[in-house]
Amino acid sequence: MIMNYIFGGLMLISVICGILTGRISNVSDAILSGSDDAIKLIISLTGMMCFWTGMMKIADKGNITAVLAKFLSPINKHLFPHYEKTGAASKAICMSMIANFLGLGNAATPLGIIAMKEMQKETGKTKTLNNSMIMFVVLNTASIQLIPTTMIVLRKIHGSKSPFEIIIPVWISSVIALAIGITVAKLLEERSKIKKWKS
Amino acid sequence: MEKLGSFILPGMIFVVVIFGFSKKVKIFDTFMKGAKEGLISTISIIPAIIGLIVSISMVKASGALDIFTSFVSPVFAFFGIPAKTVPLILLRPISGSGALAFVSSIFDSCGPDSLIGKVVSVMMGSTETTFYTIAVYCGSVGIKNIRHTVPAALSADFTGFIVSVLAVKLLLS
Repeated sequence: MIMNYIFGGLMLISVICGILTGRISNVSDAILSGSDDAIKLIISLTGMMCFWTGMMKIADKGNITAVLAKFLSPINKHLFPHYEKTGAASKAICMSMIANFLGLGNAATPLGIIAMKEMQKETGKTKTLNNSMIMFVVLNTASIQLIPTTMIVLRKIHGSKSPFEIIIPVWISSVIALAIGITVAKLLEERSKIKKWKS
Repeated sequence: MEKLGSFILPGMIFVVVIFGFSKKVKIFDTFMKGAKEGLISTISIIPAIIGLIVSISMVKASGALDIFTSFVSPVFAFFGIPAKTVPLILLRPISGSGALAFVSSIFDSCGPDSLIGKVVSVMMGSTETTFYTIAVYCGSVGIKNIRHTVPAALSADFTGFIVSVLAVKLLLS
């Protein structure tokens, strides 16, 4: 439901703003380049996606994912209560979490998509995200990673004397941000439950 | 650093293959089976990705962000966020490459070791391209009702931006 309004709203706002700011020709270009970018993204994603789903199958048969899922289950049973701790969805969630933590960035995206697909498979095809799925998306929109490589490299290129000094502030900031994100998600899920009860 | 980073991906693959062999998995057959599933799911997400990416790039090009910046700067100032970083805060959830370009321009004008330079580094390192992530993940399963995903994710981003300023001021100045 809400995606319809977001999608339509974004396009209406862009056209109106484009006219007001005199950048309508930029908007026009963006429509062409945007669809171009989208298909380029999909093509580059397809390669990694197929490669990862293939490697995941091997990891799964080799029992790595089960070990990871067991290791992370004390956290995951609170964050993703809809899924069994050693089910296919939990395993995919763990692989994606590890990839993000190690800072794989774009290479981690396909693993996240695999996890979403597995979650949907396990709880049935619906048009609505369940609380666990929302928690997983929130977890992925936060950026918990061991080493913020991109920023360190960029700082070094621009002649920083101490490119690494941002590491600890980044850890602090991302951990607190994620904690707030999880809390807000939990609070809002309570509220949406109550709403449903009343109606 | 770049060298250490480049060990991660090959390292993961090495571990997967070693474990596979030790459990006598038919590595290539299994890989093919998995990759085929990946191909099918990628095809199914194409329509959603195209729609969302086009609409997000339209917003970026329309100048809506500049208008929004002038409206919200006072609000951010109230939370102790410097005005110079406001465009980054608005850009970050929408466009990863746009945010990176903005950070580069700050590095060029103020230097990476200035207070502003450090603040934008930490902001950039501790947040994600939120709307892009939501679009790709939710689009991939064809979900239409995302409930409270956006407010929860944005509250995390906003916290990240405020804490970045505080952490830099406390630890690095």
